[in-house]
Amino acid sequence: MTTTARKTHAIDISALSRGEKAIQDKPETCIKVEDLNLFYGSKQALHSVSMEMPRKKVTAYIGPSGCGKSTLLRCINRMNDLVDGVRIDGKILLDGDDIYDKGVNVAALRRRVGMVFQKPNPFPKTIYENVAYGLRIQGINDRHILGEIVEKSLRGAALWDEAKDRLNDNALGLSGGQQQRLVIARAIAIEPEVILLDEPASALDPISTLKIEELIDELKEKYTIVIVTHNMQQAARVSDYTAFMYMGELIEFGETSELFTNPVKKQTEDYITGRYG
Amino acid sequence: MIKAWFKSGSPWIWMTAGAVGINLLLVIGLLLLIAVRGLGHFWVTDVFEYHYEEHEGSLTRVIGEQVGESLLSAAEAREAGYEVPDGAEYVQKFLIKTGNRDILGSDFRWLKAQHIKQRASPVDLVVIERREWGNFYGRLLSVKDSGNVIAEGAQAWQVAQDKLADVLVQHDKIARLQSREVGAINHALDRLRLRQRALELRNQWNDEKRQAFELARQDHQKAYEIIQRDIAALNVEMKRFSLVVQESGGRQISLPMHRVVKLTQPNAMNLLDKSIDYVRNFVSFVSDNPREANTEGGIFPAIFGTVLMVFLMSIVVTPFGVVAAVYLREYARQGFVTRIIRISVNNLAGVPSIVYGVFGLGFFVYIIGGGIDRVFYPEAAPAPVFGTPGLLWASLTLALLTLPVVIVATEEGLSRIPKSIREGSLALGATKAETLWRTVLPMASPAIMTGLILAIARAAGEVAPLMLVGVVKLAPTLPLDGNFPYLHLDRKFMHMGFHIYDVGFQSPNVETARPLVYATSFLLVLVIVGLNMFAISIRNNLREKYRALEN
Repeated sequence: MTTTARKTHAIDISALSRGEKAIQDKPETCIKVEDLNLFYGSKQALHSVSMEMPRKKVTAYIGPSGCGKSTLLRCINRMNDLVDGVRIDGKILLDGDDIYDKGVNVAALRRRVGMVFQKPNPFPKTIYENVAYGLRIQGINDRHILGEIVEKSLRGAALWDEAKDRLNDNALGLSGGQQQRLVIARAIAIEPEVILLDEPASALDPISTLKIEELIDELKEKYTIVIVTHNMQQAARVSDYTAFMYMGELIEFGETSELFTNPVKKQTEDYITGRYG
Repeated sequence: MIKAWFKSGSPWIWMTAGAVGINLLLVIGLLLLIAVRGLGHFWVTDVFEYHYEEHEGSLTRVIGEQVGESLLSAAEAREAGYEVPDGAEYVQKFLIKTGNRDILGSDFRWLKAQHIKQRASPVDLVVIERREWGNFYGRLLSVKDSGNVIAEGAQAWQVAQDKLADVLVQHDKIARLQSREVGAINHALDRLRLRQRALELRNQWNDEKRQAFELARQDHQKAYEIIQRDIAALNVEMKRFSLVVQESGGRQISLPMHRVVKLTQPNAMNLLDKSIDYVRNFVSFVSDNPREANTEGGIFPAIFGTVLMVFLMSIVVTPFGVVAAVYLREYARQGFVTRIIRISVNNLAGVPSIVYGVFGLGFFVYIIGGGIDRVFYPEAAPAPVFGTPGLLWASLTLALLTLPVVIVATEEGLSRIPKSIREGSLALGATKAETLWRTVLPMASPAIMTGLILAIARAAGEVAPLMLVGVVKLAPTLPLDGNFPYLHLDRKFMHMGFHIYDVGFQSPNVETARPLVYATSFLLVLVIVGLNMFAISIRNNLREKYRALEN
């Protein structure tokens, strides 16, 4: 399983190196949502959502509050399983396999699909231990390996220069923006295929937001990224594809440039021009 | 005006502040009272010699410390049957600790101020703390060695001091030999007996083993005889010396030196001497074994028993409480049943502790302990090993008693861990159990410690259930010693709370015991505060480490 994943990575990197043209080609699908319905008790939160999210691209979910974009995002790593009384119909295929299949190991799935939350949530441990957490869970305790991966991940999250001298300080001493990048470092340390970002910049100041956005741009070279944002400018800046959701339904999904300049649906146009939401 | 004052809200502030103030006063008052009464006991007070006119007119001498006084109005005194001279408005009486219980029949007597003809504090008055019969007050005349006078008059004091130091060393040696060496031999012999009995029960007892056991027994017997010889030699040496003392009535009494614990001349001591003596008295109170039905000597076994029991209780109650709380909060489906369980657990905290004692006796001691005896110690029958009250059962009973506190506190702590932290861990591919172990429980550890602190505070002061499940007024041995298996969970033990009750209300000599009640109470409070401080410092360290909850 992992070996095939690695192979596809390699192919994709070469595809990317071919440049801009790759975007115009029909991209390879990483996550496919098929007719997904989700109920909280008797209340339906998602109405037969179907979409295909391409590999190594940034897909943004936009929409007014309560439209189900976070719910949809949390379906992709089965975080909704933790909610009492939730019921899910339909399929989500990750590399062609249904993640809601009976035999799926949820913990293993979440190792492939990392997640960053709205509010930075570092553990009350050292910076080092935060990044090493996911590795230790997998039973990796070798100091050399850990040290290497911690450095690589912190570099990957653009936090290395700020954190390298204080790896053994408590992570809670970092600023909000740094904490959020630490959480991203923690997520990429276990080398997932997909990273889910749930309004990752909404609790941050503009400068930290900018850093996170730059980071997303770098991360998409290696990871498939799905981001929920209520900031349309952000969606326009960072994403390649955008999905507009409203009242639990997927209204429109397409390339970001298309969707923002030339939306097909009237609801989409109303929303992005700020007429409601 | 008044209305405006009420509206301003300041009466409310005054009321709440007043409540806090009263609380504070009560706590300080309580601590002060027991501290002053208890700690004052160790201070060496002057000894007076009174010339006292007895009822029938004869003049006697009374030697002793003044420990109390009372004032009676003349009318009251007349009503109580005292003779009161005309014109006197009140009758003043002093309570004098005269000691010499063996001669006078009691330790105390009341003297009426009007009949005291003369009061003096001569330097040569001695107070002798004895192993039996309480204190002796009087004068030292001479020191004898095997019946021959070796010092008298002014020299006697110094010589007596020197000889007493030697005798005390010998006494300690004998006590140590008896408790350690002889104790170890007795322990070994007892184990041999039990092993023999076990083999007999299994029909494996044969001549070969009989010989081996006999040899072992003879070895122990030989060792025992050697020790006995040492003890006998020490005894002879120790019993050579005696003091000749004169009591207040003028009679001369010979007092063997090995019956003496301490010699003091309080009137000859200056402030520094008294301070040093004070510290010494306090240390020996904390570190010595009790004597004379607990009314004299120290309370070391009680302190030791209390602390050990609290530690054992903590070791039992923490894992149990935490595991139960984890299940209730993390795994169980929240609903009617969990609500019922939670209510039951909370109500369990309100069950009177004596009920736990009864339960502990019935369930732990008789059912579990009896079962253990039947299965594991058939050779000891009919003597019970675990089927009788003891340290283990007392600890378990208290653990049960404090379990609700730990469960409630832990649940509270678990519920305060932010969801985002759990999700963060789960999102990294950790299972629920891994999340619990690596993140949630460490973060909840300060709350767990809070539960434990409350549990300790409650358990250390609990007396009633312990009387049923293992505490005794005098335990011959500590539950921890050098004989295998070192920690004797089946032994009975002493406890400060019970000690206070026993000394204060069950002792034959209430007046002498009263200061000990205060001193023991004070120490009990000190021990509980100490144990709590220990737990609190651990908690604060943990809090410092897992500060996430604040932001």
